[in-house]
Order: sequence, then C-alpha cells, then structure tokens
Amino acid sequence: MFFQEITPDTSGYMIAGYATTFIILAVYVASLFLRQRNLKQDMDMLAELEKPAEKPAKPVTKRAKKK
Amino acid sequence: MNQKPLALKVLDIVSLILLLAAAYLAIVVAPTEKVMGDVQRVFYFHVGTAWVALIGFVFTAVLSVIYLITKNLKWDRIQVAAVEVSVVFFLITIILGSIWARPAWNTWWTWDPRLTTAAIAELIYIAYFMLRQGIDDPDKRARFGAVYALIGGLSAPITFFAIRLFRTIHPVVIAGANAEAEGNFSMSGDMLSAFFFALFAFTVIFIDLFWNRIRLGEFQNEVEEMKLKASY
Repeated sequence: MFFQEITPDTSGYMIAGYATTFIILAVYVASLFLRQRNLKQDMDMLAELEKPAEKPAKPVTKRAKKK
Repeated sequence: MNQKPLALKVLDIVSLILLLAAAYLAIVVAPTEKVMGDVQRVFYFHVGTAWVALIGFVFTAVLSVIYLITKNLKWDRIQVAAVEVSVVFFLITIILGSIWARPAWNTWWTWDPRLTTAAIAELIYIAYFMLRQGIDDPDKRARFGAVYALIGGLSAPITFFAIRLFRTIHPVVIAGANAEAEGNFSMSGDMLSAFFFALFAFTVIFIDLFWNRIRLGEFQNEVEEMKLKASY
C-alpha cells in the first residue's frame, strides 16, 4: 500500500479499532459493577444469617388468662 | 464496604471525559496520515494503552517485592488489581495493533519480535490468574503470585525494548528510527498533541480503574472474612 499516490480509505479499520476499545472498556467496567453487586448481595445474606434469632413469645400464664 | 469516596466519583467522571476528548483529538483534530489513511489514528490509543499496561506490569513486580518483604495481604490485593487492569489495557493494545497491521502489513498477525513478546507478556499475566485460582490458602496464593509476577515483570522491559534490540518490522515512532520498519511515520504538531493527550488520558483512566479494582478487592476480602466467621 505504500507505493500508491492517493491516500487509501482505511476508515473501516479505524472505526473497528475505536469500537473495540470502547467495547472492551465498557465490558470491564460492567464486570466491576456486577462483581460488586454480587458481593453486596452475599454480604447482605451473611448479615441476615448473623442476626440473632428472634426471642420466642412468652407462654400465656394462668394469671394472664384470668385477667 | 465503605461508600465510594467523592474523589473517586469525580475521577470516574473525569476519566470518561478524558477518554472522549482523547478520541475527539485522535479522530477529528489530528490530521490524516498520507500513506496509511485513517487507520493510523488507532496509533494514539495503541500507544496510550501500551504505555499504562507496561508500567502496570512493572509496578506489579514492585508490589511483589513489597509483599514478599512485609507479608501483608493488602499488597497482594493491590497487586491483583494492578495485574487485572494492565491485562485489560494490554489486550486493547494487541487488538489495535492487529487492526492497524491488516492494511499496513497486509496481515492481521505476524511473529515479529515485538508482537511475539507482547503476546507472551499478555499470556504470562493471564496465566497469573489461573495460578492463583489453583491455590486455596491465601498466604500461599499471595506468595506464589508475588514470585510469579516478579519474574513475569521482566516481560515488560523485554516487550518495550524488542523493537530497539531486534530486527523487526514494527515502527519505532518515539525516540528511534528503524530502517526495516513498515508503516513508519513522523508526527506533526496536531499529531503530537493528540498523542500526548492520549498518554495523559489513559494514565488517568488507568488510575481510576485501578482504584475501583482495589476497592473491589477489599470488599471481596470483607465478604470472605464474614463467610469464614459464619462457617464457625
């Protein structure tokens, strides 16, 4: 291509190059976001598991029944 | 996980603006190269991404030394972040080079010293993650990873100097000339502006992604610790 006098039309390659760059960066940013979201879900679930079990309701005594 | 710091939020926005500005300068402002045409414009992003990726690989080797001295897992998490972001940028470098080579060299790929050393460097760091996947003990994983990355760090200077040491068809546009090169060109004023702006933009984008990835690593560590606590 270096022996020709007119500038060749290589714009298709240029567009492909810039599109590839933006796509790869977008996919990487999305992967960061998704991994963070999954970890947040895991953390919420673990926090839920760590919560102490709720106190059982007091049994109704005879005195309370009379009242 | 702590809330994202304001500085990082600002850096996210600045990075996006810089990326778009760098693309504008490269596509619109920089003049069309006479011999290659528009495909030469990928050069600005090709070198910009290569610059940060190779520095990232060298930085990874430095982090290896710091980890091996201190044995603090914090440095291991920072190293993983550096390797991951560098691998992403170097992948872009290799793909852009291949796209440029098709009209310039009439082939997508050739086993030229620069292309070969670049492909090996990328594969070394992809294998770094495979190595880590195979080790369960965090301390052992960090130690093996650090030693591997320290040795792997040699691939960055070898890749950089490949076009200056060996006979190659890859152009040496910055600080050097190569009689064997196919697709060489000299840069005019606007080309230089677009070039240096792209270097600056990708440096900022790298720092931004690196910071985000370190935070993700810290968060992963928190969740792992909670899982361990829950299992007892």
